[in-house]
Amino acid sequence: MAVAEEKTSPEISQEKSWHGIVLQALKRNDVSLVPYVPDRILTTLIKNLHADPFFTTFPTAREEEAVGIVAGAWMGGRRGAVLMQTSGFATLANVLASLAMPYQIPLIMFVTERGTLGEFNYGQSLVCRTMRPVLDSLAMEHHTCTRLDEFEFICDRSIKQSITTQAPVALILSPLLTGGKTFDK
Amino acid sequence: MNSTPARNTKVMNRFDLTSRLVAKLKNEEAVVGGIGNTNFDLWAAGHRPQNFYMLGSMGLAFPIALGVALAQPERRIFALEGDGSLLMQLGALSTIATLAPKNLTMVVMDNGVYQITGAQPTPGAVVADIVAIAIASGLGNSAWAADEDDFERLIDQSMSAAGPTLIGVRIDDKPGVGTTRRDPVQIRERFMHGLGVREPL
Repeated sequence: MAVAEEKTSPEISQEKSWHGIVLQALKRNDVSLVPYVPDRILTTLIKNLHADPFFTTFPTAREEEAVGIVAGAWMGGRRGAVLMQTSGFATLANVLASLAMPYQIPLIMFVTERGTLGEFNYGQSLVCRTMRPVLDSLAMEHHTCTRLDEFEFICDRSIKQSITTQAPVALILSPLLTGGKTFDK
Repeated sequence: MNSTPARNTKVMNRFDLTSRLVAKLKNEEAVVGGIGNTNFDLWAAGHRPQNFYMLGSMGLAFPIALGVALAQPERRIFALEGDGSLLMQLGALSTIATLAPKNLTMVVMDNGVYQITGAQPTPGAVVADIVAIAIASGLGNSAWAADEDDFERLIDQSMSAAGPTLIGVRIDDKPGVGTTRRDPVQIRERFMHGLGVREPL
C-alpha cells in the first residue's frame, strides 16, 4: 500500500482509537472468532467487528460459554478472543482452572474494567476486586492497559505470546484508556 | 408422578449408545465428551484421536463442540452431554440455534440424576423436557430417540441435515464403564492431531 494511500485510509484513523487498535491487532494476528457478552464500553468495537466480514462475532449467554467456544475453535485450528466486562470475568474461575489452564489453551480475553476510577455501583467495585486475585492465583498473564500510546504494543505482543506459549492472557481495559462508564443520571 | 411429561421412549444405556455412535464414524468425525460418565463411556467405547474428553468445565461440551464446528465446517462434530450438565448452560442452545452450524450433532444423555455424585435427582428430573427446551431455544431439529434403532436413525439423519441436530436419549442410572486417562495436555494435543491441525513432534 502506498504511503499516500495509508494516510487517507479510514482504517488508519480507526487505529488511533483503543477499539481500532484491538480490531487491527486481532486481524493482524489472524484472530477471527470473537464471541462476547457486551458492555457499554465495547459498543463501538462490537459494532465494527460485526461490520467487518473478516470476523465471526456473536453474543453468548454467558462468558464461560464464549470461553468454551474459543477453546474448541483453537483445537480446530481457528483463533479466537473473548470480550467481556469485569463482572463477566468474575464468573470464569471454574473454566479457567479446569479448561483453559490445564489443557494449555491460548485464551485471549479483553475485559473492560468496571468498579474503579469513578464507579457508582458498590457491587461492581467489589466484583472488580476479585479479578486480579483470581488471575494471580492461577499465575495467568494479565496487563492493565491505561495508555493509548502503549496499547498497540501490549495488544500485539500479548496475542502473540498467548499463542506461542499456549497460555491464556487477560487484557484489562482501564477507564484511563477507554473513558470508562460514568454516573450520568 | 402425574406431572411427568409423557415420554414414549425406552430407557437405554449410555455406553451402549456411545458404542453405537462410535461404530458409525468412518470419516474422522470429532466427538466431544462432556464431564464425567459421558466422556468415560466415550473413552471406554475405544479411544480415537478425534475424541475430546472434558475433565472439568461442567456444561461446556456443546460450546466446545460449537467452536470446533465453526473452525472446521467440513467435518462432522458430535457432542455428548448429560442432562445435569446441560441444565447449567441452557443459553448455549440459543447461541447454537442462532449460528446454526450444519455440521453439529448434539446428544443429551438424560438419566435425571447426577449419577457420579451419588445419583441425586437434577432439578429438572421430574418436570423438565430437555428436547422441548431445545426446540423452544430455536433448535427445531430436536427429538427424543424412542429406542436404539431410532437413535441410530436420528444419528444417520443428522449427518445430512441442513442445520444442527439435538437428540435426547433417556438412559439408566449406570455409571460409566471406563475411566478416561486424566492427562489434559495429551488429550488436547492428540485431539489437534486427530483434527489435522498439528503433526506429532
